[in-house]
Amino acid sequence: MLSKRNKEAFFNPLSKDNPVLVQILGICSTLAVTAKLEPAIVMGISVIAVLAISNVVISLLRKTIPTTIRIIVQLVVVAALVIIVQQILRAYAYDVSLQLSVFIGLIITNCILMGRLEAFALSNKPWPAFLDGIGNGLGYMIILVIVAFFRELLGSGTLFGFPVIPNWCYDHGYMNNGLMILPPMALITVGCIIWVHRSRNKDLQEK
Amino acid sequence: MNKNSNLYQIIYAAVMVLIVGTVLAFIYMALKPKQDDNVANDKRKQILSAVHITPKSDNAIESTFNKYVVAGYLLDKNGEIVDSAQNVAFNVDMKNNIKAQERKLPVFKCKLDDESTKYIVPAYGAGLWGPIWGYIAVDDNGTNIYGAYFSHEGETPGLGAEIANPKFQNQFKGKKLYKDGEFKPISVLKNGKSAENGEDHVDAVTGGTITSTGVSNMLKDCLTPYKPFFDKLQSGTIK
Repeated sequence: MLSKRNKEAFFNPLSKDNPVLVQILGICSTLAVTAKLEPAIVMGISVIAVLAISNVVISLLRKTIPTTIRIIVQLVVVAALVIIVQQILRAYAYDVSLQLSVFIGLIITNCILMGRLEAFALSNKPWPAFLDGIGNGLGYMIILVIVAFFRELLGSGTLFGFPVIPNWCYDHGYMNNGLMILPPMALITVGCIIWVHRSRNKDLQEK
Repeated sequence: MNKNSNLYQIIYAAVMVLIVGTVLAFIYMALKPKQDDNVANDKRKQILSAVHITPKSDNAIESTFNKYVVAGYLLDKNGEIVDSAQNVAFNVDMKNNIKAQERKLPVFKCKLDDESTKYIVPAYGAGLWGPIWGYIAVDDNGTNIYGAYFSHEGETPGLGAEIANPKFQNQFKGKKLYKDGEFKPISVLKNGKSAENGEDHVDAVTGGTITSTGVSNMLKDCLTPYKPFFDKLQSGTIK
């Protein structure tokens, strides 16, 4: 069940092989959905679900898929799953689906999905593919949450929509940094996280 | 069978698309009623927000709505009630209505706990990235704004999206639609600017200029057709 290889498939994407920090995949959505914590978390969960299930489906089909149309097959599977997630959210978590509106649909274009399907699911059995999907999804979600934490705190002075910066700070001239809410600061925040991450993992540094 | 033969690929693709299509169609059909309920309930919640009422739970939305919103009308362009059948105002889809040659003018009549009567009119317009809409509640004297609710499809979070924030919406309370007997819809202006025509105004959202202008235009566009109705309310011909 949890051989060394399977453990690696699950744990590596959390840090050493993180999809955002090391593989530099899925940056666009990281910039788009991290202005507030709540949508970031729902987005993370949705990506985990879509990635894990599509990894398993592609892994099950891997021996039958004609190589020439494999990308199309992957796209169809991912697109179908994304639509299902969107429909379910709209039926059972309507408020959240309103907040995420277009971003859920954009999971289809998330490079992490195609990347993992191509690199892992097509050549591995369903169980390791499932672990790889969960692991990469979690790795993505962790970064989303860290970035969203700083952006919401510094940009809006709230966490999960609750004000956390005390009023006397504002009275003494503190102001929320509107720039944090815009995508450029998300990119810079991600850059800072990558910097910290590399300085702690010497083997990731390029010579 | 040769996996790379043309026939195999075509059959593979066709079968896959058929299966996926069937599954999606099935899921869509199965979840549709639930989604429609959600959309209707969300609309009820928004209308109630304009009169500062929040249903206690998601299950109580419909009953709360039916308790406070006592009637819905459609008006003609002279402000006369032409249709007061149940749900006739609620079922107006503003998205299509706004483009129509002769707009339907829905009004919701609310009776609050303190026995006062408010009239709620819907608004629909364009923001920066997509549509914005709202509901404006007016006192039964036809000029005082009692409350306003705005929402949007995809304005920038933290900037234009702040129009959905109560802080922005509460500014509208107590503003007047009439100045010296003349009808002047409220405008949304940058801090420090004064209104061109002397109408009442509220402060725009910092960093959300285009969305704020959108709200301003929407109010002008959607409230003006109701002028005859507000006139009637002022003169007391509608009870």
